[in-house]
Amino acid sequence: MKKTIYSLLFFFLIGNILAQQTPADKQNMPFSIEGATAHLGNGEVIENALIMFNKGKITFVGSAMAKIARVGNVINATGKHIYPGFIAANATLGLVEIDAVKASDDEDEIGAMNPHIRSIIAYNAESKVVESMRPNGVLMAQITPRGGVISGTSSVVQLDAWNWEDAAIKTDDGIHINWPSSFTRGRWWLGEDPALKPDTKYSERTTQLKMYFENAKLYLAGKKEKTHLPYEATAGLFNNSKRFYIHADGQKEITDAVKMAKTLGIAKITIVGGEGADKIADFLVSKNVSVILNRPHRNPDSEDDAYDVTYTIAKTLTDKGVLVSIGMEGQMERMNTRNIPFYAGTFAAHGLAKEEAVKLITLNAAKILGIDAFTGSLEVGKDATLFISEGDALEMRGNRLTAAFIQGRKISLETHQTKLWKRYAKKYKS
Amino acid sequence: MKKLFFLLFFLSLSIANAQDYFPTDAGVKTTENTQTAFTNATIYVTSKKVIKKGTLLIENGKVVAIGRSVKVPNNAKTINLESKTIYPSFVDIYSNFGIKKPSRKTSNSRRTQYEASREGYYWNDHIRPDVNPLKDFSFDAKQAKEFIDAGFGVVNTHMEDGIIRGNGLLVALNPNSSDAYRILNTKSAQYLSFNKSATSLQVYPGSIMGAMALLRQTYNDASWYAKGNMKNKDLALEALNDNKNLVQIFKTSNLLDAFRADKVGDEFGIQYTIVGSGDEYERVKDVKKTNANFVIPINFSSAYDVSNPLLAQKISLRDMRKWNQEPSNLKVLAENGVNFALTTNSLKSIKSFHKNLQKAIKYGFSKEKALEALTSIPANILGNSKIGNLNQGSYANFIITSGDIFDAKTTLYENWVQGAKNIVNDMSIKDLSGNYMLSVNNKSYNLIISGKGAKQTAVVKLDDKKIKSTFSFKDNWISITLNEDSGYTRMMGQTINAANVMQGTAFDTLGNETYWSASKKVKKESKKKSSKKTKEKKIVVLPVSYPNLGFGNYELPKTETILIKNATVWTSEDAGILKNTDVLLKDGKIEKIGKNLQARGAKLIDGTNKHLTAGIVDEHSHIATSAVNEWAQNSTAEVTIEDVVDPNDINIYRNLSGGTTTAQILHGSANPIGGRSAIIKLKWGENAENMIYNNSPKFIKFALGENVKQSRSPNGTRFPQTRMGVEQLFVDYFTRAKEYDALKKSGKPYRKDDEMETLAEILNGERHISCHSYVQSEINMLMKVADKMGFKVNTFTHILEGYKVADKMKQHGVGGSTFSDWWAYKYEVNDAIPYNAAIMHNAGVTVAINSDDREMSRRLNQEAAKTIKYGGMSELDAWKTVTINPAKLLHLDDRVGSIKEGKNADVVLWSHHPMSIYTKAEKTIIDGRIFFDRTKDKEKRVAIQKEKSTLINMMLNEKMNGGKTKPPMIREDRNFECDTLEELKN
Repeated sequence: MKKTIYSLLFFFLIGNILAQQTPADKQNMPFSIEGATAHLGNGEVIENALIMFNKGKITFVGSAMAKIARVGNVINATGKHIYPGFIAANATLGLVEIDAVKASDDEDEIGAMNPHIRSIIAYNAESKVVESMRPNGVLMAQITPRGGVISGTSSVVQLDAWNWEDAAIKTDDGIHINWPSSFTRGRWWLGEDPALKPDTKYSERTTQLKMYFENAKLYLAGKKEKTHLPYEATAGLFNNSKRFYIHADGQKEITDAVKMAKTLGIAKITIVGGEGADKIADFLVSKNVSVILNRPHRNPDSEDDAYDVTYTIAKTLTDKGVLVSIGMEGQMERMNTRNIPFYAGTFAAHGLAKEEAVKLITLNAAKILGIDAFTGSLEVGKDATLFISEGDALEMRGNRLTAAFIQGRKISLETHQTKLWKRYAKKYKS
Repeated sequence: MKKLFFLLFFLSLSIANAQDYFPTDAGVKTTENTQTAFTNATIYVTSKKVIKKGTLLIENGKVVAIGRSVKVPNNAKTINLESKTIYPSFVDIYSNFGIKKPSRKTSNSRRTQYEASREGYYWNDHIRPDVNPLKDFSFDAKQAKEFIDAGFGVVNTHMEDGIIRGNGLLVALNPNSSDAYRILNTKSAQYLSFNKSATSLQVYPGSIMGAMALLRQTYNDASWYAKGNMKNKDLALEALNDNKNLVQIFKTSNLLDAFRADKVGDEFGIQYTIVGSGDEYERVKDVKKTNANFVIPINFSSAYDVSNPLLAQKISLRDMRKWNQEPSNLKVLAENGVNFALTTNSLKSIKSFHKNLQKAIKYGFSKEKALEALTSIPANILGNSKIGNLNQGSYANFIITSGDIFDAKTTLYENWVQGAKNIVNDMSIKDLSGNYMLSVNNKSYNLIISGKGAKQTAVVKLDDKKIKSTFSFKDNWISITLNEDSGYTRMMGQTINAANVMQGTAFDTLGNETYWSASKKVKKESKKKSSKKTKEKKIVVLPVSYPNLGFGNYELPKTETILIKNATVWTSEDAGILKNTDVLLKDGKIEKIGKNLQARGAKLIDGTNKHLTAGIVDEHSHIATSAVNEWAQNSTAEVTIEDVVDPNDINIYRNLSGGTTTAQILHGSANPIGGRSAIIKLKWGENAENMIYNNSPKFIKFALGENVKQSRSPNGTRFPQTRMGVEQLFVDYFTRAKEYDALKKSGKPYRKDDEMETLAEILNGERHISCHSYVQSEINMLMKVADKMGFKVNTFTHILEGYKVADKMKQHGVGGSTFSDWWAYKYEVNDAIPYNAAIMHNAGVTVAINSDDREMSRRLNQEAAKTIKYGGMSELDAWKTVTINPAKLLHLDDRVGSIKEGKNADVVLWSHHPMSIYTKAEKTIIDGRIFFDRTKDKEKRVAIQKEKSTLINMMLNEKMNGGKTKPPMIREDRNFECDTLEELKN
């Protein structure tokens, strides 16, 4: 019986996969987009802009007043807005299709110390959830494993691909760890108060974590007579080819985590989550630590917190000079990843300048993920990964895409959902 | 072994002696019949009547005479109690003394138990009025001593298990007697609670609202049974009917539950005596309004250890305030005229009872009231005139003290129960406490004695240096040993001249016998005392807010006349958007909409460049409730969220900050026929009752799909497990409801069934359905069942595949209340699309966007905006999905949901376009009362920080001065969603 259910589910998933949008062909003709307001992603705005790109790369960024020949396909985008493709950091797109269906879930491997576990090979480029990102301007994402103490290694993908190899724009960009909390919940099933209280095992846990990496370092420096796969996977942390993503909340936890990473000689450090990071912003700046914030659309922790405490943190950190982006971890994170423009918008509503808010999900994200050399902003020579929106793309009302390009390829904005929309809208018209 | 035997023999002898018609084989039959007179005492005959220099005469465990001129018979034993005080012994009417709670039943079966396990009793195991506590009672001498030491003479005990728990036993704490005498009443009260019995694994009720519904149905059935209408025997209902005239004592575990218990009682003409939880000060006016007698515990929490600032900042203000405010509870209750008794219940140790009571007195609780609450009031609650006083004929239960019983310095000497003496502190032991000059071996020492009775201790100093020493005072003999470098000195002796001088023989380290003496130093205390008094810190009790937490209101907002000038007004009516328009709010209503309005005395709010809209209406919310699912049956139409509205939920305030003013608090989706809704206005600070709409439209939650068929439960056994079964369940229930309704309307006698009553309301068009639904097959199914059975589905909520059957919905006349863009979280939302709202809207269905999420419900304006992005709805239509459309679906469109003259003044002033991501609610107004104001919110944030620092300083002070502290605990609020399954405690 169970088997039939699973095979049935499998059949449905396969059925869905067959229905996905076909990835666009390589750019074989130049594009010129003129007349739009261009948000470059680096904080600059060009009104009435001209953007041209060819063979996947941006060839011109400037004013439409410029007397320069428009090449190829010219798109008049007067009154519209252009943005670099939005980037969702700390996402799990393509690792789970349906939250409640275990057979479709590939985000969390068993075991506590999994630096060798790689998300990229499980990334389903043809997920129905992935394609639903594109009509909202979300064109790239960091695919991150979850769970354990060391969750594993993430990679960065673009969201219009035949397969994971095709999708990857940066493979194995960093290792993610879940820093222990200094609090623990009472075990209500043993009659304890379920409230949080200080965890007496906190320092034991952090020491274990530190020892793990010290041992890894010793192993890497040694003769490696017997291969240790997890330790091998950590090498990038010590030779600066991989970023150390520490998922941590709370000022004490963040401070301890950063200090440990520095002690270990790890250079590239990013805090993911970052509640309370605003209270130690100067420390983070001094240690060159960036922050991928939790999404602001969540409830404050404590009933005494201001209702907007999760909305204002980006402004505080940015003002202090911390490099900030937005991540996706939490409930219903995959389907909600398409709302990342509105998370940026929420930060903008609560103090952050609008172009700074755009930066959170473009150039800032690219810098943290280590892809800013070729994407993340509208600059000559970078990938032509961008989109045109009818209005302000950080607004629900304005975020209506008319065209999107990934590496110059004009991608489909259709999805499983738009197809159903059109089918049924037609049903009632006839 | 021999010893035990002897003991048994002795016991049986004394018992045999006690019952005068029992034969004796142990010797000749004797009868003790002495009278005892207590003379020259200050006697509290009752809590109010005091006699100075009075005499109390007792015989056979009763008071024979009491007064100033009582003639003491010649054969009476006289005890002179000069300068002593006599009080009636205390009475505790909430206790489980001598009755062990049953241990929790466990089972290895994975099968959920839906049925009762008892035969011949009620259908629910947690209704146990038949429990006779006598069966399990065994006099606990150890615990009795704790009570006696604290001054208690009588306790009312019961089996602390189940929702209806059976009757109480009134027990005199007389260890010297037998149950034949000390059990004063075997049916002294009936006990109730909201907690399930540990003896059964029957799952219903699974929530507090289920427990309330169960009580109601039990009362219905008891009266049906009493009329002889039931064919079967039901010993539980029989017992309930037998216990009807007893005092009904209801144990609650928080103030909201106390109000809930009172509500159920009132519906059946029963005034429960409510065992409270010490938090009554938080809404004392409502406590008074219950008219209930209360039984109040005095279990005060200790301060938090706030020395770690990182931890301290995480403790909620609510929890910190509790420490500061709760000692004032008794004072507040007394001042507000609440009639209450005190109980030792919930104290870890009865020993702390007096300490806590002294604290309450320090916080302003009067001693007169304290004595009443321990004597006459509990006696009156039980309707027993023979306890709690020393009137002639009452039980000779009294305590003898050195003075004022509520003074920390007072010694409780004896507690007589039923005329039998229990020594607490030996009255004959002299009080030696004081500073003495001790002379021995030609040296002068300082001897400082402190403590009471046999527990007196001493410190010996020589030139202010402490010397190792031992001290004991036993049988009036003092013995002291000094241990100095020169060796030991041992002393024995006695007091002369009362206690001012003591003297005796001493032996030095070589065994040489000498003489020692000590004489009391006369203290010059008067000056010191006064300076001490000024030193004693003034007690500061922080004010209570409504609700009593960080963002609470000290004063509830008042209805104001408000004129909002020159705003862009989104009417949600045909009038559309009105620019540069004024809106006048008066008497809680929208008085006028127009240009250049004037109103004398109105509060002016400049709306220039701002947008004014109707308050947001959330069709589907689970905030502000203490329970969400009564999951333990497949149909629970008998429960209602109105029973469990929680006005203390911070999410009410947070929703206001996002412009939400009305919400339907729905039952969850654990069963096809769920519970009834509460439709509330988010009037932050009001009590639960005042938040619920007056003449509220009646709603009930139904549910379809994965949740009701227990898809994610690995061992679901409850019908239905498929969508096929769901259809038949509805058909079954509505068929039965029709038959029920027909019988009821025929005028013939019928068994009142709350579940059937509710379903009949639906059939009669008096109650509306909001049905949780996902895929098209089931949506279609319910409409067909409704057509067949003759009712209408009012709203499909979630309705994620509504777009596939929008034409059928239009035809049925049902509305759709959906998420803007949720999907992919479970299998049945595979085809959920964000274009759903637009398609349904275009097909002519009334569409609302709802939250089902406490975070989303504070930004429903943004969710409405998504209907513009997905499917291209117009801005006006988009805005209606969170205002007038949900109001229509809730049958509230004549009151709220749009800006129209005559409607309720529920409006929001926004900083920007209301559906912009950049907008903020600046003022949220309900009934013309400003419940959220961004400027005030900023002030509240500052005030919270300030109050927290004040409390942290107070707690540090407590710690530094040796007070008890406990480690920080961080409150986490519960997040209720559609599929949250909570568990009702045993």
